[in-house]
Amino acid sequence: MANLFGRVPIGLRSAVNEGAFTRLTLILIAVVFLALFLIMPLILVFVEALRQGAGAYFEALKDPDALSAMRLTLTVAVIAVPFNIVFGLAASWAIAKFDFRGKNLLISLIDLPFSVSPVISGLVWVLLFGSHSVLSPWLQAHDIQILFALPGLVLATMFVTFPFVARELIPLMQEQGTTDEEAALSLGASGLQTFWHVTLPNVRWALVYGVLLCTARAIGEFGAVSVVSGHIRGQTNTMPLHVEILYNEYSFVGAFAVASVLALLALVTLGIKAVLEWRYGNQLASGHRR
Amino acid sequence: MASAGSTNSRRVIPGFGISIGFTIVYLGLIVLIPLAGLVLKSAGLGWSELYRSATDLRTVNAIWLSVWTAFIAAVINVPFGVLVAWVMVRYRFPGRRILDAAVDLPFALPTAVAGIALTALYAPNGWVGAYLEEWGIKAAYTPLGIVIALTFIGLPFVVRTVQPLMEDIDKEVEEAAATLGAGRFQTVRRVILPAILPAVITGFALAFARAIGEYGSVVFIAGNIPYVSEIAPLLFIIRLEEYNYAGATTVATLMLMISFTLLISINWIQAMTRRRFGNG
Repeated sequence: MANLFGRVPIGLRSAVNEGAFTRLTLILIAVVFLALFLIMPLILVFVEALRQGAGAYFEALKDPDALSAMRLTLTVAVIAVPFNIVFGLAASWAIAKFDFRGKNLLISLIDLPFSVSPVISGLVWVLLFGSHSVLSPWLQAHDIQILFALPGLVLATMFVTFPFVARELIPLMQEQGTTDEEAALSLGASGLQTFWHVTLPNVRWALVYGVLLCTARAIGEFGAVSVVSGHIRGQTNTMPLHVEILYNEYSFVGAFAVASVLALLALVTLGIKAVLEWRYGNQLASGHRR
Repeated sequence: MASAGSTNSRRVIPGFGISIGFTIVYLGLIVLIPLAGLVLKSAGLGWSELYRSATDLRTVNAIWLSVWTAFIAAVINVPFGVLVAWVMVRYRFPGRRILDAAVDLPFALPTAVAGIALTALYAPNGWVGAYLEEWGIKAAYTPLGIVIALTFIGLPFVVRTVQPLMEDIDKEVEEAAATLGAGRFQTVRRVILPAILPAVITGFALAFARAIGEYGSVVFIAGNIPYVSEIAPLLFIIRLEEYNYAGATTVATLMLMISFTLLISINWIQAMTRRRFGNG
């Protein structure tokens, strides 16, 4: 080996690069590590899902409980994500375009849900609306069901996905400053027109990026919704929870079939994300530029 | 730059009231009030109750298990994460872009899916688990399995924190070091490592913090035997299902205290870095 790679004539050897052998070894270690931890689990999902053939696979997906889990997951995401989009736009507008006291504290508070364990993100809603809570008698008197029902799932999902859109928009809008808006306003545009025709186009790819990550997490969230769901089959089971139930019943083909749909969605997410970074990287917050 | 011209922007740009109003109300309703409820609940338990639940042997074991496995996983992710970042930034080889995109898989793949896939992979009859079994190593259903799942979860935190800094390293500095007679190893150790060190520490802390609270990807592979392979988030779920709110809240409070301590240290590291190097 030393003869093959070790003795490169001095003149050909760059002082600021590693030798070919070192380079190859490092690439190999990285590839093996990524294969063991990322690629193989991903492939395995599809192999296990198709283990008993395509027929069994589609049969598992057509199961009424699986279909209802897909519908519920979609419903939760469709309600939770738009709220967080409006919040992200409002928060980034306020933070990036104005100066006020406590701005840094506000930014830290927005990131707070990221540092809370998913299961605790579920617990906070149980403590607020559960049978021991102060609100419980009132909720019961009005026959409002929050926990173990759609509202609880939506609230838990909103909590977990809270920062995604805001944290993409805030740094970008801060970099962009206020000159474009000031120009539009001085030319006679209204506030809403300025926002719609100037600010929004300026941040559109960052917004798409944030919405993408927000939606992916909303669809895939497990810990938080697990705490508030109650696990009622066909009613309060989202797709990730349905995967768990099937797996624990040793219905592996079913579990991996539903999991494969989620894995496909994750792959689509990664694909769009990569395209956004390569094509529109200069229009994203600086952390994602390539 | 951000503050350029903003001294008089309050008068020019409209919509401050409504946007800050919505931001604070929504933040309050979705994040602050629910979290305050948790703090109130744990304060309401009183010190003696909190102390009693916190010194419960099963709780102590679960939290300790979560902390040390998360720590080991974050430690593993430091060399491998830096290596992956280095290979992605510096080398060109077929499949690099796809692998680079795949680094974000743990962010995109639902944790439950990752959990069952890793379990099947590292189980005694799994693709990798079968090999490990021949060597007498049991991965799934032991603390080693927990470390594997947490390594999976933490990897992108280290890679994605280190990568941008690595891209920013000026090749001229390396050339200067080489011209001054430094070997490649010395250049890496004396020039490149110090430049990325703050990012490495931040990535480590982020991976560590995330791993302590991780539930979905771990619960399938962990084995879940009390005192041995039962992680804190699982014990928390068990207490909740027993309607033991005091026990559940104690575990939650302890987990929150650990992750907030880490969060504060991350902010402190980043503030220190900005002061020393001019940017984060």
